[in-house]
Amino acid sequence: MPKDLFKLFSSLRLTVACLLMGCILVFWGTLAQVHLGLYKAQNEFFRSVFVYWTPNGSGLHIPIFPGGYLLGTVLLINLFCAHLRYYQPGKRKIGIVLIHFGVVLLLLGQMLTDFLSRESALHLRIGETRNYSEADRAFELAVFDTTDADSDKVVAIPCSLLVRRGEVSDAEMPFTVRVKTFYANSSLVQQSQPGYQPVKPTAGLGADVWWREEPRETEMNRMDMPSALVEVVTPQGSLGTFLVSAWMDRPQTFTFNRRNYALVLRSERYYLPFSLHLIEFRHDKYPGTDIPKNFSSRVRLQNLDNHEDREVLIFMNNPLRYQGETFYQASFDPDDHGSILQVVHNPSWLTPYLSCVLVAAGLLIQFLSHLIPFLKRRLVAK
Amino acid sequence: MKKWIPLILVVVMAGWFLSGLHQKPETDLHVREFGKLPVLMNGRFQPFDSIARNSLLQIRTKQTVYESEGGKAQTLSAMDWLLELMMKPEAADDLKVFRIDNNEVTELLKVSDNQKYYSFNQLKPQLAEVEKQAERIDKIESANRTVFESQLMKLYEMLNLYQRLGVSLKPPGTDDFAAELDAYQKSIGPGMAAVQARDAGQKFDQDAFNTLIGFMGAYNTVASFALPLTIPPTDPNAPRDAWQNIGTNLMQTARTGEINPATKFYAEMVTAYRSNQPDDFNRAVAGYQTWLGERFTRQVRKASQEYFFSTMEPFYKATVIYVLALVLALCFWFNLTDWLRRSAFYLIILAWFIHTFGLVFRMYLEGRPPVTNLYSSAIFIGWGAVILGMALEKIYRDGIGSVVAASAGFITLIIAHTLALTGDTMEMMRAVLDTNFWLATHVVSVTLGYASTFVAGFLAIIYVLRGLFTTTLTAETAKSLARMVYGIVCFATLFSFVGTVLGGIWADQSWGRFWGWDPKENGALLIVLWNATILHARWGGIVRERGLMNLAIFGNIVTSFSWFGVNMLGIGLHSYGFTDAAFKWLILFISTQLCLILLGLLPQKIWRSFQPRSAA
Repeated sequence: MPKDLFKLFSSLRLTVACLLMGCILVFWGTLAQVHLGLYKAQNEFFRSVFVYWTPNGSGLHIPIFPGGYLLGTVLLINLFCAHLRYYQPGKRKIGIVLIHFGVVLLLLGQMLTDFLSRESALHLRIGETRNYSEADRAFELAVFDTTDADSDKVVAIPCSLLVRRGEVSDAEMPFTVRVKTFYANSSLVQQSQPGYQPVKPTAGLGADVWWREEPRETEMNRMDMPSALVEVVTPQGSLGTFLVSAWMDRPQTFTFNRRNYALVLRSERYYLPFSLHLIEFRHDKYPGTDIPKNFSSRVRLQNLDNHEDREVLIFMNNPLRYQGETFYQASFDPDDHGSILQVVHNPSWLTPYLSCVLVAAGLLIQFLSHLIPFLKRRLVAK
Repeated sequence: MKKWIPLILVVVMAGWFLSGLHQKPETDLHVREFGKLPVLMNGRFQPFDSIARNSLLQIRTKQTVYESEGGKAQTLSAMDWLLELMMKPEAADDLKVFRIDNNEVTELLKVSDNQKYYSFNQLKPQLAEVEKQAERIDKIESANRTVFESQLMKLYEMLNLYQRLGVSLKPPGTDDFAAELDAYQKSIGPGMAAVQARDAGQKFDQDAFNTLIGFMGAYNTVASFALPLTIPPTDPNAPRDAWQNIGTNLMQTARTGEINPATKFYAEMVTAYRSNQPDDFNRAVAGYQTWLGERFTRQVRKASQEYFFSTMEPFYKATVIYVLALVLALCFWFNLTDWLRRSAFYLIILAWFIHTFGLVFRMYLEGRPPVTNLYSSAIFIGWGAVILGMALEKIYRDGIGSVVAASAGFITLIIAHTLALTGDTMEMMRAVLDTNFWLATHVVSVTLGYASTFVAGFLAIIYVLRGLFTTTLTAETAKSLARMVYGIVCFATLFSFVGTVLGGIWADQSWGRFWGWDPKENGALLIVLWNATILHARWGGIVRERGLMNLAIFGNIVTSFSWFGVNMLGIGLHSYGFTDAAFKWLILFISTQLCLILLGLLPQKIWRSFQPRSAA
């Protein structure tokens, strides 16, 4: 039995089947992007074990096709077994070995990237300094203790906790936060409109606000705007319900035990051990046209730990790589006075470079080792 | 005698190509000389001639205007037309230059639909309606527009381009521009004094004020609509941003009091052209050429080089020679005389040299690697495929390589020609693409991957067609075809893999992710996966000769989807190459390939080449 299994997993037929299914999956997943959007299609087809089908109106999830993770894993096992089975030492197969080693590296590297990499954005107006980046589409409920002027104590509650609608408590907070309602995507209006419900918070802002739950965004360029109604409950009783929303920038304040607190639903923050300050942003166009020629941000990088302090120019195709984070010129404010940098943390970013070299070398060796003798025979025969 | 035919053919065709070097001297207006003048448009210096060709290609889908109104027929060159439009727009408005194919659009315009081309004057009554519709359609994403909507939008853009070109050299309504310029210069002194006095609340000369404001009003319109930046700065060392359109330049004159010499030359040309004085016109053109030549040598040289390139028409001429070679190579299959094969092969070499001349000249003009947009990708795919075809012919000498090379050459050049209808093919590169390193590595390898996959598919088509319908596919030919396909698929795997991964690395450099499952990336990945599938299926003995051929034909579908199909999805970061008219051609192409695969699947006993011949 294990022998049969080994035979199956080392067979070329399995390779061909996986590659074929890979073609179908990629094609299908690409077409699906038209309706699902890039983001959702990616998750359903490529970052998944199975592609599921939900018949209309049912809550069923029927797996109908292997997803990217499954196909990738099977291909890896297949490759490994095939090499065990067919490998012969010697020079003849060196090309093949290089190619496949490169492919393995590429696949593993990309799987690692999927699990380990983190993308966020750093929005800087000219003259502004920041030491954190913000998640593209994840939010958190931040609770600050603002009593001491020089330092704020922050408890950040991620949305994944708010979704459960339970009570959240933390050693740093002398009260609990009870989530009454949570909409992962929502819209707010300031007067009654059909389909909208009044929020009716009992404290803070939003007494005259109506809200509505919206379907989750699937487009790459738009994001969910969550809102929630939360109650602050102290051992002595409730301090009232607050409306917190991604639509509202300003924190809401309340007092408890003679300490001041603030509440705000904001983009999840990732703190950096250094800071960036935007000195200048340039958006050059070709003369007489609107075609962008260049975007660039001149920033000052300051690291208090090692007293590093220098200027860096970030522009298209020229990111800043520093302490495991990479900063790319991604976007800018409509008035050209602010720059948005994409911040990527990806420990396996070098794998494609290596794998490209390995596979290219392998293919060349393999190719030339057949072509040259063939040409020799052929041209001598003439 | 037959020995010499191939060489004679090559000499004749080469002579035809080189005949572009010689042009008859111009007797009347020196339109061609005017056409060489450099201007700044789409962010790059180019001759008026290129603006004329590209604009007319967009508006009329041809590089000439044919006019048969009033009994006498005449053909205008693109430059003749542009000159008329810029200098005598009231006459140009009667030329039938707008090509409209959509019935719903002609209905909206209330013009009869039994003609293909319309004049501006015919469309003028419904301009407001077109604008109203366009305003609505503009809010719809281009992928979601109906045929009517996208056609109307195209017409709207063409009308816009046309009207803007019409005010690019003279203010609307002006007749004697040179005289007007004198009057304008004289009015500046008293006019500006009047303006200042008025601003200071003092008594001012109302007439002088009105005259100057009248001029300024007209020039302001020109400043906001004139398209090419025609007027160079007076300081030759000023940056290229200092080039202005004629309206902006005239507005600025009010402050400096000095009219730019270039503006004067252009005004003289306009007046001479309108009063039908060819000698004056030619003198002004020559005078301006001298003036520019002393100050803007580089720009003048660049413009005349581009002019030379356009008049040589290397891609058009290469196409014709490829077609001729294709016919000869196909004849060789049925009538195996070697002079046919050699003629075809030599002609392909000639055409490839002309093709290369065009490709390299374009690279030189742009200062870029060969592939910068969809248009140049077609030219480069053809170029690479022709090399592969020639190599196969050199090795096998059986006419197959020649047929592949000639067909690939002419089909891709036709595709390129069609793509040129969307506008300037040497447009500037958007910020993210502005990197010669990645354009030279990633784009070139991916494109060579496309080219070789197509060549493999084409060889397979030859196998199926010859095997099924003729008796010419001998066992030996079949075997060598299978070897060719296998070899080319290996080659394709190498280039498409390296190209795809390099693309990922470029994306990692500019967007911060190696792979984003973007449609264009998926398209490239599909080619890699498909080629890998073919190779593994072959190694595993899952397919043999015929199966290999069918898989290779399917490779054509995969490649065409990756090259054009994904651009039609209109999503993702890569969708800058969007094109919609090509959709029906893509569908047509895919269906023909599917039919060929079906043919390839027919049982071998009905293949004419595989009939038992030895028994007969």
